[in-house]
Amino acid sequence: MTEPAKPAAAGRASMKKELPERFKDYKNVWVVVEIERGRVHPVSWELMGEGRKLADRLGVQLCAVVLGPKAASTKAAVKQTYHYGADVCYICEDAALTDYRNAPYTEILTDLVNKHKPEILLLGATPLGRDLAGSVATTLGTGLTADSTELRIDDDNSLAATRPTFGGTLLCTIYTLNFRPQMATVRPRVFAMPEADTTRAGRMVWESLRMKEEDIVTKILEFVADNTSSEANLAYADIVVAGGMGLQNEANFRHVKRLAQVLGGDYGCSRPVVQKGWLPAERQIGQTGNTIRPRLYIAAGISGAIQHRVGVEGADLIVAINTDPDAKIFEFAHLGVVADALTVLPALSDAFARRLRAPALAS
Amino acid sequence: MDEPIIEGLDPPPPAPTGLNILVCIKQVPDSAQIRVHPVTNTIMRQGVPTIINPYDLFALEEAMRLRDEYGGQVTVLCMGPPMAEDALRRALGLGADRAVLITDRRFAGSDTLATSFALATALGKIAEERAIDIVFTGKQTIDGDTAQVGPGIARRMGLNQLTYVSAIDSLDMGRRSIVVRRRSEGGVQVLRSALPCLITMLEDSNVVRRGSIQDMLRAARAPVTIWSAEEAGVEDPLKCGLRGSPTVVKRVFAPSPREESAEMVTVEGKDPARIGEAIIDLIFARDPKLEVALTATAS
Repeated sequence: MTEPAKPAAAGRASMKKELPERFKDYKNVWVVVEIERGRVHPVSWELMGEGRKLADRLGVQLCAVVLGPKAASTKAAVKQTYHYGADVCYICEDAALTDYRNAPYTEILTDLVNKHKPEILLLGATPLGRDLAGSVATTLGTGLTADSTELRIDDDNSLAATRPTFGGTLLCTIYTLNFRPQMATVRPRVFAMPEADTTRAGRMVWESLRMKEEDIVTKILEFVADNTSSEANLAYADIVVAGGMGLQNEANFRHVKRLAQVLGGDYGCSRPVVQKGWLPAERQIGQTGNTIRPRLYIAAGISGAIQHRVGVEGADLIVAINTDPDAKIFEFAHLGVVADALTVLPALSDAFARRLRAPALAS
Repeated sequence: MDEPIIEGLDPPPPAPTGLNILVCIKQVPDSAQIRVHPVTNTIMRQGVPTIINPYDLFALEEAMRLRDEYGGQVTVLCMGPPMAEDALRRALGLGADRAVLITDRRFAGSDTLATSFALATALGKIAEERAIDIVFTGKQTIDGDTAQVGPGIARRMGLNQLTYVSAIDSLDMGRRSIVVRRRSEGGVQVLRSALPCLITMLEDSNVVRRGSIQDMLRAARAPVTIWSAEEAGVEDPLKCGLRGSPTVVKRVFAPSPREESAEMVTVEGKDPARIGEAIIDLIFARDPKLEVALTATAS
């Protein structure tokens, strides 16, 4: 990442370095573990992996927060937090926490923060994490950076959270200098899944929920599961093929879908394609859509705006096809072809199909 | 732009019955047209058209649908520079009943916490004449993309928070209860909650209407209430704008190219089939195990 940029908001009153006295004993890095219907969202472990690095850099502990009903799945999640790097796990088991609801989750997390004082608090940028983080940050009156794409500890030990800004045209680095905890949400797949170390164990700290079920206004009447969770599949797919405005129209996305099918992968698109209504929002790849970390990513007719780049940079191998030799995508692709995606995609599908059917002839 | 500042909310008098619905909207640059200066890395705003944040339109539509069914009125509220009045007029043209703009230099540089403070304060002022039943916001904005202001408003005003709502199934005015569908991981939660509440509406959850001719004509002439921070009820200006924002943006920059530049596939002539073969050779050269894995799944 390059330096040359204008210092935004110079002279801001809150730029003062000295942390107010009341925040000086805030310590440790926390990750909120997201559990829905007994299943831990993988973003929680991805955050633990990154949180471990931040905690080590600061020389502090990594702590997990597990909220859920009194159930075997909650206990299992606690055990896993140690495997993924937690030193301490704060746990609250209560029937009122069985499924996510804003009010009880906000209360318990706010209580935990006020009691145990973390300096950094991380959540997944999921429907649950974003709903909860916004409420907790407002209650605490602290700063919250949404959809961070990079977390770093600065020389003065403050958290530097980088994210795209101005609709994804540039990146910016955001600090919460005078308040604690420093909060950030991170989208699934921005960080790699860490290895689990099943020999690790840690300390457990129990907390109880003050709120009673009768105090909670919002009730869950039903949960309607999706038939297929296409979004989850795309984010966690091993091979992804995506198209951009270079495909020219909705019908031409058949070329993208076919290549994805030949490769046994999933398909997606850039943001303008969703804005045009050619593909649904769940197919969008980039900052505000899916972040992907596939083994192979083929981008056809995509110019490579920053908001797209931050969503695909975790891919092991990026292949870009674009007619414009100056397209931004060639700045971060591993392999590039200056050609029309509309002719290359069908040819590539045919060639892959031929080779995979007759591997002996390929070599 | 030079509308006189109007004290209080005169136009039109609040409906005595039905729902009192507020919709918070934001004026944003049309992101498809933003350009970055190649040398200075600053946003070139000049000539970039502004629009109502597209996600907010679904909130506005849902608010008007409830009003049309249950009676009441829809007020749009916006914080922004004086030119944000355009966005409010567009909302009036779509069928909103009245509009309030809060604009003040002291709001400049607000992060999401300071924004929710300003909006919640103005909402509190509006609620003085009649209690608010529902506050709507879009899921997020297309320029900030944080999705934090809605929850911030809900928290500050003590409203039941219902985010990522894809449908409002029912509303019982007598019991003041509401049933909504909320997008969550792997499915949809059907939630029963109560008024007053804050709802952030998911995109494509409804079809945004085109304004009627009457609404368009009315919008051009309708007064927009314009409040300064003080008029909106802000007592502590230290909670507004830059000074009220706990987050600090220290650096804005463009990412640098990957250190190792892309290997370009070059093929004599432009035969797509040969280009295809060349790409595959390079892919498998970089990831030989991929060839094995793909062949195994294919056979």
